Order: sequence, then structure tokens, then C-alpha cells
Amino acid sequence: MLSEDAQASSTWSPKIVAFVCNWCTYTGADLAGTSRLKMDPNVRVIRLPCSSRVNPLFIIKAFERGADGVIVSGCHTGDCHYSTGNFHARRRFAILNDLLHFLGLEEDRVTFAWVSASEGNKWQEVVNETTARVKQLGPATVQTGGAA
Amino acid sequence: MKELQEAARKLLSEGTVSVVLGYEMGPRGVRAAFITRPEDVGKLIFNTSCVQNLTTYLNPRRAQITQLGRPAVVVKGCDARSLAGLIREKQIERDKVVVLGVRCGGVLEDPESASELTAETVSVRCTGCKVREPHLADQLFGELPAEPPVNHRREEQIAALEKMTAVERREYWNNQLERCIRCHACREACPMCFCVKCTAEKTQPQWIDAAATLESNRAWQTMRVLHQAGRCVDCLECERACPEHIPLGLLVRYVAGRVEERFHYEAVDDPTVPAPFGMYRPDDEEEFIR
Repeated sequence: MLSEDAQASSTWSPKIVAFVCNWCTYTGADLAGTSRLKMDPNVRVIRLPCSSRVNPLFIIKAFERGADGVIVSGCHTGDCHYSTGNFHARRRFAILNDLLHFLGLEEDRVTFAWVSASEGNKWQEVVNETTARVKQLGPATVQTGGAA
Repeated sequence: MKELQEAARKLLSEGTVSVVLGYEMGPRGVRAAFITRPEDVGKLIFNTSCVQNLTTYLNPRRAQITQLGRPAVVVKGCDARSLAGLIREKQIERDKVVVLGVRCGGVLEDPESASELTAETVSVRCTGCKVREPHLADQLFGELPAEPPVNHRREEQIAALEKMTAVERREYWNNQLERCIRCHACREACPMCFCVKCTAEKTQPQWIDAAATLESNRAWQTMRVLHQAGRCVDCLECERACPEHIPLGLLVRYVAGRVEERFHYEAVDDPTVPAPFGMYRPDDEEEFIR
């Protein structure tokens, strides 16, 4: 008989939270869905007005509340609905990403991507690759920066 | 420091200012002095033990100090950068404060355990100092001393941490951050933390748990350090204030180094230079975004 831990790990499947912008990535994810693209069912999408709406605390909180991975995605630079939102966001993400690694969070737990409204295929790739990488890492624990 | 004392006496007796923020010798070493009477100016000193950044008292959140009236403040070159930061962020007006600049050749890391300035005892932030003479000053005092001794201890520590695997780094920081008692002394001491209501105290929604747990401590320091990105002047008040001796200087310095490398911005004592997070460049690096 399997131990409790082993049972838990055999049924474990990562929880991934995606913070996406309303104008590009959300529409792109919608396109992926209506195009019937096969994607891992691990990603929960949270729709925000813009990638610059992503507060670093969203990501920290997601891990605290049990996420194993996070995706942050918005419009390609130059395509922002609000003209410059993602340029400002990009600066903040760069430093946030560096700091999270410096504090010891594995690189593969947080994915930043630009996915446009017509890139349903790219969204599928982002989802599947992130899920595969997080599966490789295993569950995020309190020690790794998660909750479980 | 006769000239400094005389200048302070003149400012106070002529009524130009109502309080001089300077350094004095206290029972346990050099401490901040709030001189309001001309006859007390003899207390003012400046030496290599004057590690504090006094511009933190100009922070408008400190009502006990602002109610004393118009201030004059003694600044080292490095402190002038947080003065510039407060002016840049519209927290104080340049013409409402008299700046008494002191030329500085480095201060001690820990004035309680050493008195002579050597490569071992000098503060890590003094290495490569570019502002031995404060530029924002209304009056300047002292001779320009020699360059401070060089000490790369902190850069070596950061490089060693960067070389570790993610798991090892996490272990290191977990060991440090689990000691945090969430007294928020790092925030209180910081010249650039001036929000009337801190995110750490908000309860609707509560972003950061008020209890000291590993997760909430990590969230608190991550947020604090990110809010300091591009604003921190590396005065190390946070690290000195920390009762648990958490190496907060490593965190703020690491982020400052990344900001320097990515956005070519260093904290400067010119309030007209824009901060890196109010602006962007279309060609900012995005190697981490797929």
C-alpha cells in the first residue's frame, strides 16, 4: 500500500494561476478555446484590464494560497490598449522576476508571456509548457514559497 | 565642527529655522539631535560614527518633527540622495528646508565595535562613493577627506548567493526571514517609506498577513524591497534598525544592482532626474518574457 505522501503525489496535479489582460491574452485564450485546441486543464485564468494591473502581490498571494505556478500575460509591446501600460509593466516584471529568483523561487514557476488576440496557438504552448515545467518541479510548499 | 555649530547658531538665533537636525553624542554613541535653542548648538558633531541618514526625519509622516517648524538638516553626500528622492516625489519642498552639507570620507559599519576607519570597519555602502561632497547643500562644511577605504564584502556575498542553486538560496533566505518579528522597524527607519497607510496594514483586502509567519514575512520583504526599487539610496537604515539582524542590505542592494544594469539608473542627488519606474524605454530588455 502506498504511503499518504505517495498517494497524494500520485494524484497531484499542479494549480496554475494566469493573470491575463482583457484585450489580448484573454481574447487569445478565448480563441484557443473556440478553436478547440487541446490544453492542460491546470490553468485558472484571471482577467485583468491590462498587464500593468498585475501587482507583484497578486503573484505572491497566488503562491501563498496554494498555486504551484503563475502565468502573467498581456499584449505585445506596442499593442497595449492603453498605449503604454505593458511598457511600464515590463520594467516592473523584470525586477520582480529577478527578485523572486534571488529569494529562491525556481525560475520555471513564473512564466511571463506576450500573447496577442490572434495567438491562440501561442497560448496553448504557454499553458502546456508551463504545466509541464511545474509538474517537473512538483508542488510548491511553504518552504518554496507556496502554501501546501 | 566649529563652523557647523556657528552656522546652526546663526540659523536658530536669526529665526531662519526652528530646529536643526544633526548628530550629537548620546550615552550609547552618536545619535540624532534635534536642536531648537541656539545655546545647544555645542552638542553638534560630525565624525565617522555619524552613520544615520537624518533626512528620514524630513519624511512628512513624522508629525512630531514637522510640528517643530522649519528644519535645517545635516546631510552627508549619500543622505542628499534621499533628500533628492523626497523632493522628486513631492514630499518636501526644497526651499522649505535648509541643507547643511558635510564633506565625508566614509563612515563605520558598526560604530559600537570599531572607531578607526579601515577596509574592515568601513560601511559597505561607502565603497566607490561618488558623492563625498553633497551637491544639494546650502552651506558646506569640513575639508574634503580622502576616498573611503574599499570593501567589497557585500558584492561578494551577493555574487555567492547568485551562484547558489534556487534551493540553496531559498534555504538561506528562509533561515533569515523566519526570524522576522514584523516589527516594521525597517519601514519606520526608511527615509523613502512615507505612505500614510502602508499596504502591510490594509485589511480589506489583506495582502500581507499581520502575523509573523515565513510566508507573510517573505511577502512583506518582497513588497517592501520592490517598493524601494529605483528609489532606495542604500543608506542601510533598514538593516541597522532590524532587531533580528536580517541582512536586508543584501536585498535592497541586489535590486538596486539589477535596476542599474537593466535601466542604467543609479540613485542620484539630483531631484530633476526621473526615477526608473515612472518611465520606460521601448527597447527595454525582455529576455525573460516569451
